[in-house]
Amino acid sequence: MRAAVVGAGPSGFYAAGELSAAGFAVDLYDALPTPFGLVRAGVAPDHPKIKAVTRVYDKIARRPGVRFFGGVEVGRDVTGAELAERYAAVVYAVGTPDANALGIPGEDGPGSHAATEFVGWYNGHPAHTSHDFPLAVERAVVIGNGNVALDVARMLVLEPEELASTDTADHALDALARAQVREVVVLGRRGPLEAAFTNPELLELSALTRAEPVVAAEELEFDAAAAAAFAAEQADPGSAVPRRIEILREYAARPSRGASHRVVLRFLRSPVAVERDADGAVSGLRVAVNRRVASAGGGGGAARFEPTGAEETIPCGLVLRAIGYRGRPLDGLPFEPARGLVANDAGRVAPGTYVTGWVKRGPSGVIGTNKQCAAETVARVLEDRAAGLLGEAGDADAAAVERWLRERVPAVVSWDGWSAIDLHERAAGEPHGRPRIKLVEVEEMRRRAVS
Amino acid sequence: MAYVIAEPCIGRKDGSCVEVCPVDCIQPLKEDADWATVEQLYIDPAECIDCNACTESCPVNAPFPDDQLPERWAAFAQRNADFFAARG
Repeated sequence: MRAAVVGAGPSGFYAAGELSAAGFAVDLYDALPTPFGLVRAGVAPDHPKIKAVTRVYDKIARRPGVRFFGGVEVGRDVTGAELAERYAAVVYAVGTPDANALGIPGEDGPGSHAATEFVGWYNGHPAHTSHDFPLAVERAVVIGNGNVALDVARMLVLEPEELASTDTADHALDALARAQVREVVVLGRRGPLEAAFTNPELLELSALTRAEPVVAAEELEFDAAAAAAFAAEQADPGSAVPRRIEILREYAARPSRGASHRVVLRFLRSPVAVERDADGAVSGLRVAVNRRVASAGGGGGAARFEPTGAEETIPCGLVLRAIGYRGRPLDGLPFEPARGLVANDAGRVAPGTYVTGWVKRGPSGVIGTNKQCAAETVARVLEDRAAGLLGEAGDADAAAVERWLRERVPAVVSWDGWSAIDLHERAAGEPHGRPRIKLVEVEEMRRRAVS
Repeated sequence: MAYVIAEPCIGRKDGSCVEVCPVDCIQPLKEDADWATVEQLYIDPAECIDCNACTESCPVNAPFPDDQLPERWAAFAQRNADFFAARG
């Protein structure tokens, strides 16, 4: 039986691995000629070791019965219905590519962007090569308290020499070398107890060569409600929060070393409006100051935060929002607009159609979270196979499927084609002490794949 | 760098870490013969990619990046490495 997995990021690969282990022949599709999803396009260039996870995916791709079809976009080049005609099971692992908006005045326009655009830009994603971010400004504000917000903050303050040895896309290396950003303010709507960034990333802020972390001690003071919530975290032997507060308190107590650059962590601040000057350039971000509200019944539900009425303006020339992501509706699949996901029951949309990864459960978790997620989804596929619900579509001849695909997309990229791209990129980077120099144009990727 | 599973794992072996490790570098697995007899789980320092997933999932905060390992547990770094050296 044949299965198709749409999306060759971590979630797609774990699903392909599970399906292959269960005896399916698997065709793994990706819209880009290059696989690996956010491992290639999301993980920060100064975190190269995490990208080593691709060795696991390379093994899966090389299993007998597994094929990669890169540069094929479902919806543009082939339809979901056509896949359903040729495969017993189609598993969508397409992620949540759309960024949440703030919904505030001034948000749309130059200088105010989703962090996903900035991340895609510095990571060389073909859809994000031509952004023009205003980097000749002194202060940038990043909205959000997750690891993406900290990635973006680091990329704005890392020294050009540090970036030069990474796989940051060349166009971004050039622009960042000329950048004049001195201070990055990272804003969280809630307090330090609620921050989503992890301790290793928080610690990295104290290891930057030309930037230092800045935290105001008064923003780490706990009122009774916060103190009670903190006590609960301290009583939990698995909580990362006590260590987080310890690190933040150390940052607040540490005298400035006079670094030329700063990463300032501000809590309890919600963006209210992006202010612009007469030329339309971003001039500041107006924010509301929040306070924590004690939850009724003491500690039962999640903390709530409300405006105090006080507002302030943070002068800045660049605003990047890193406040979560949403999936896109896929033709023929039921969509839940409130959650931004494809409607599913533990991964099953309907017999023969499945989802895994962020498009199934939302943009949460880490790379490895997708392993169990894929196992759960593939369990649905196996249930439907055992119940005789997968039909005969999956008996279509493998060679016939490939012929059909090549008629549609003559320049479809195979795993060998990706290997040629990979080899080219790594060879280009080697003399410069860089892991690779990324190709950023799809046409160039396709050319390299066949040469 | 690599992560090290330290003292809090001893006698606990929750195993959530094994389920979330994206490179399957934490052993033994529940189905392995030695799972029942080992006193803790171990991270293979040659395979670990420093992704922090194990730390986030562990209910007793047993894994640490090796440069954040508390002094009193410094010996655990070698213990984790030794487990994999012995397994070969």
